[in-house]
Amino acid sequence: MHNRTALLSLVIASSFVGIAGCRKKPEPAPAPASTPATDLSAQRRADSLAAAQRRADSLAAAQAAASRDAAAMAQVTQAELSAMLSARVYFDYDTDALRDDAIATLDQKAMVLQANPGVTVTITGHTDERGTSEYNLALGQRRAAQTKRYLVSKGIDGSRLATQSMGDSQPAVQGSDEAAYQQNRRAEFDSRNAGTLARPRS
Amino acid sequence: MHLALARRAIFALLLLVMPAPLLAQDTASRGVRIGLSYDPGTKPGVVMLPVSGIGGDSIAAILARDLDFGDRVNVIALDASAASTVARASGPNWALFAKLGAAAAVQVTPTASGLHVAIYNVATRQTARIRDYPAPPMSDPRRWRAAVHGVSDDLEEALTGVRGIASTRVLFERARRLWIVDSDGEQAGPATASGTPGSADWSPDGRRIVYFTYVPSQIVVQEIGGRARTVAAGSGVYISPVFTPDGSGIVYAHGVDDGVDLYTVPAEGGTSRRLSVGRGSDNVSPTFSPDGRRIAFMSGRAGHPEIYTMDSDGTNVDLLTPLDIGESAYRASPDWSPDGRQVAFQSRIAGTFQLMTVSLRDRSLKQLTSDGGNEDPSWAPDGRHLVFVSTRSGVRQLWVLDVESGRTRQLTRGASVHLPAWSPRLAAN
Repeated sequence: MHNRTALLSLVIASSFVGIAGCRKKPEPAPAPASTPATDLSAQRRADSLAAAQRRADSLAAAQAAASRDAAAMAQVTQAELSAMLSARVYFDYDTDALRDDAIATLDQKAMVLQANPGVTVTITGHTDERGTSEYNLALGQRRAAQTKRYLVSKGIDGSRLATQSMGDSQPAVQGSDEAAYQQNRRAEFDSRNAGTLARPRS
Repeated sequence: MHLALARRAIFALLLLVMPAPLLAQDTASRGVRIGLSYDPGTKPGVVMLPVSGIGGDSIAAILARDLDFGDRVNVIALDASAASTVARASGPNWALFAKLGAAAAVQVTPTASGLHVAIYNVATRQTARIRDYPAPPMSDPRRWRAAVHGVSDDLEEALTGVRGIASTRVLFERARRLWIVDSDGEQAGPATASGTPGSADWSPDGRRIVYFTYVPSQIVVQEIGGRARTVAAGSGVYISPVFTPDGSGIVYAHGVDDGVDLYTVPAEGGTSRRLSVGRGSDNVSPTFSPDGRRIAFMSGRAGHPEIYTMDSDGTNVDLLTPLDIGESAYRASPDWSPDGRQVAFQSRIAGTFQLMTVSLRDRSLKQLTSDGGNEDPSWAPDGRHLVFVSTRSGVRQLWVLDVESGRTRQLTRGASVHLPAWSPRLAAN
């Protein structure tokens, strides 16, 4: 049995080598400047790079905000506090996994919620337009639930956090490219009893 | 002037023809099929004779179109000279029917209370069947059209052995309302008030619909043109409800904080019971096998959406669509065919959705579309036609596909639409 498995692996491995050996030598990649603007793969690559850049920017901004010292937090204005409460978090395609930038945003939100126990929040999950509307409603709900789960893990009482989903029915921006899709794959936060907010103590 | 003459001539002809079919009534078959002769594997040719009287042209046009849309008979149109030949003849013009390649000819005559319909068998040169159908006055267009569609379906059954689907309607979502359109594309109009309705389904008797709204989050059962009742509601999402095949219950998807699972609740409301165990995954879009024993549904439990089946109590879960290693598959919107043999669904192929079927017998796959993006298939009760959403004309519209011939037709026009559901066969009133 063992031997047969080993033999099989060998056969599979050697057939892979065979396939690789037969492959044509890859042609040199065309220079980006010569790629027509209409080329789909170039567009996708550009979208992907832009998305990565936006993500890096958003992460850097969130980390900078999170690393403010106690003195800085003491200077935070009401407008900044309510911006922290309502800041959206964004997701990758077809997943409810929380990215680093989302976690940084949620950490800040958790601090504000802890300092203001009377505030309740409705978390609404959204998706981009791809896929079926029924699955997207489920995916949006999963994103809202995942977001809530993280805030609960940071010490926020679950009874203060309601979840719902709008699926793909309420895009934040119109458009059928990755830039629009990224803006639309999000969780939004509507707060109640958030008239005058106390500053987090740190 | 010529038209008036022709009409008078047809009327005279009818006076001559009518006694003969009435005599033949005793020997005419009252069964399902009237035994036409035509080459196997071909569609029987049928001549629809001109219809005299008020609304006659409309009746002839509706019947001819219904039979054409049924895709089981070849409707032979009479040109002007053939029509005048028919009008001059003193009885069924068997020679002409044979020359046109017809296996049958159909003569419809409006009466005081409805429609008198004779089917002529060209091979035997005999009247194959006579039947009278009640019909309301034309001033009640919805019920009048429904009565004519009923005649079409009965004709198709007599001619081919299979009942037609003209007496059906399609429910869909447009501009935050549910709409209903007749299967021939006529009589389109809103069926619910403005709101946030999602996918809908018909009760087996066609008298009720069930749909969900996401603001508020709920499942609603509504009588057609009547009262609405919320049967499940609360926090989280309530999605994709369907009736059980006996009409007594609703199965729907619901989730709050731990994925979305399938539940069942009585159609009048009551205590709901969970069916699927998705362990935090999304499980939506249930569709029953015709015998009510199995449910196909879409689940993301394997990391990407695929179609699964399970027993109606939630046990014996089985993957229906084959997993393709290395492909980011996305298979969704299953609809179990009325004959139980296959499930239609949408599958992402090269970045767009296309319609496919998977056989329950050997799991073989068949791709049905390639023109534009095509989504949300729903079977007609004949198990041969699918209604679906397509972007092929630029705007999302409903299209109908005959899966046997590949023929398509556009069902809706105007503002974009979503989520069609084909009704069962509906009673004429």
